[in-house]
Amino acid sequence: MGSQTQSKADQPWRRWIAERTPQLILVPTIGATLIYVVGFSLWTFWLSLSTSTILPDPTFAGFHEYVALWKSKRWIVSFQNLFLFGSLYVAGALFVGTLLAILIDQRVRFEAVWRTIYLYPLAISFIVTGTVWRWIFHPQTGVELALKDLGWIGAKFDWITDRDLAIYVVVITGIWHASGFAMALILAGLRAVDGDLVKAAQIDGASMARTYRKVILPVIWPIFLAVAIVLLQFAIKTYDLVVALTQGGPGVSTTVPAIVVYDLMFQRGQIAQGAAAAVMILVALAAVLIPYTLFMIWRRRQEGNQHG
Amino acid sequence: MADVIAHHEFDPLSTGSPRRRILSKSAVYALLIVFAVCYLLPLLIIFLNTLRPLQEIVRTGFIAWPHEVSAQYWGEAWGSFCIGGTCEGVSRFFKNSLMMAIPATVFSTAIGLVNGYILSKWRFRGADALFGLVTLGVFLPAQMTLLPWAFVLGKLGLSNSIAGLVLIHTVQGISFTTLFCRNYFLNVPDDLIKAARIDGAGFWRIFRRIILPLSPPIIIVTVIWQFTGIWNEFLFGAVFTSGDHQPITSAIVAFSGSGTGERHYNVEAAAVIMAALPPLFIYLVGGKYFVRGLTQGAVK
Repeated sequence: MGSQTQSKADQPWRRWIAERTPQLILVPTIGATLIYVVGFSLWTFWLSLSTSTILPDPTFAGFHEYVALWKSKRWIVSFQNLFLFGSLYVAGALFVGTLLAILIDQRVRFEAVWRTIYLYPLAISFIVTGTVWRWIFHPQTGVELALKDLGWIGAKFDWITDRDLAIYVVVITGIWHASGFAMALILAGLRAVDGDLVKAAQIDGASMARTYRKVILPVIWPIFLAVAIVLLQFAIKTYDLVVALTQGGPGVSTTVPAIVVYDLMFQRGQIAQGAAAAVMILVALAAVLIPYTLFMIWRRRQEGNQHG
Repeated sequence: MADVIAHHEFDPLSTGSPRRRILSKSAVYALLIVFAVCYLLPLLIIFLNTLRPLQEIVRTGFIAWPHEVSAQYWGEAWGSFCIGGTCEGVSRFFKNSLMMAIPATVFSTAIGLVNGYILSKWRFRGADALFGLVTLGVFLPAQMTLLPWAFVLGKLGLSNSIAGLVLIHTVQGISFTTLFCRNYFLNVPDDLIKAARIDGAGFWRIFRRIILPLSPPIIIVTVIWQFTGIWNEFLFGAVFTSGDHQPITSAIVAFSGSGTGERHYNVEAAAVIMAALPPLFIYLVGGKYFVRGLTQGAVK
């Protein structure tokens, strides 16, 4: 090693930098993440406690806007829709996804082709998905008109313009979009199940349906849980799909929380209440994710204890 | 993932008599075909309507076999269809989306690679806490960031610009890319890094010589995930841009949602298919990596 490099390396500040290169490189990320995750969240929370309307206004108003929000009918409807949509969407996607995964698991030919077909909706946006299905569901362009054209004059299929049924249009479209995702993960789970377990069931004379129901599916429940958690997150954040499909209508019948947030913040000039609604979305996400995370940590610890 | 794990050694349908086996096999294929039709038909229907004249669509709706076929509506949708008083089609919004998605994907992936390398191989005190903080960014709903972003973009002079969207998607994307890359690099043996350090290799040298050559799979996964996600994103584009500066997702909503005047279903259908094509292309080309990204994004 040359004497010059030696002396260079001996300079204390150079060594200090050399030793801390990794931390120094992370500084911009740390800064951006702190601002983005912590700063932005606190900022929005602070706005939700203020009297802001069209412009931010720092006057403290406590939880006044939260009270007003939970008294508004639109918000209540949006939360009811979230529960209805969320549960049907998760259950439907899990059911269809499980069915598809089991079908593909039957040593079928062209497996890759089937998987590619079932999963492709996930690659296209909610906007495209919603627009496509809006045309299909709408009485003036879709199924109803096609049935009439075939000669069934009295045909009626107007769920998308029906206040009571429009939410199910959102559910069906959501399931169409997400069931391939459930399939992909469940199929991976099925493939990882211990073959001996399955053989044992077969030797005991269990039928195929019984083998799946009693032996295979119970083993992969953590995957069902993981998929359900991810889909629940999607459901809570749902925005684009409803905008493209029904724009929250007819009336407010398919409004979801994220649409209310957008309207309050950018259409009605009620920033504080919009911020309060955004905080409620965060709370809903936390209500799903925190118990799940704690449960996973607990489970990992249990397993650790068992295996010594 | 499914494609690497060997199939367990049993065939559920091999039980029962030969006749039952044939019967259940055909039932399986019948169901597979029914579902395949359900998944393919909607997009196929919309595609066929990009070729049909408007009068035909208005009369029979979208679900009908095309009688007259023409490719002219694709040209109109791309270059001459009038949206908001400007008759330039969706090509400019398509370009906006590319100008948004490509830089944001490159930046966030590059930063994520270095972050992941540090957080997995140069662990320091507080590294885990930092990683936890970065991960929180994955779950933070966009609604919590809208007002602050509006303020920040205004201060930076990036309101209603593609550059503003690039900034948003880069900052937001770092959470995902750091998560992906860190988890991937955990599988690189520490001994490899230790040996290189004993040989006198520094931080960047190890990154270039050891980490990068091992990275192509995770780079492909991350790029696919980021590009598709950013291309398909709608909320930020709708809130922070308008007019000429919109990405294609918000442009589609803007013109198909505003129900004034005569609807040009065939042209709109072509524009919708155009918006779907880039992510579909990536999905078909990189399918294996797309699925891998999904699994990682979901389970970890």
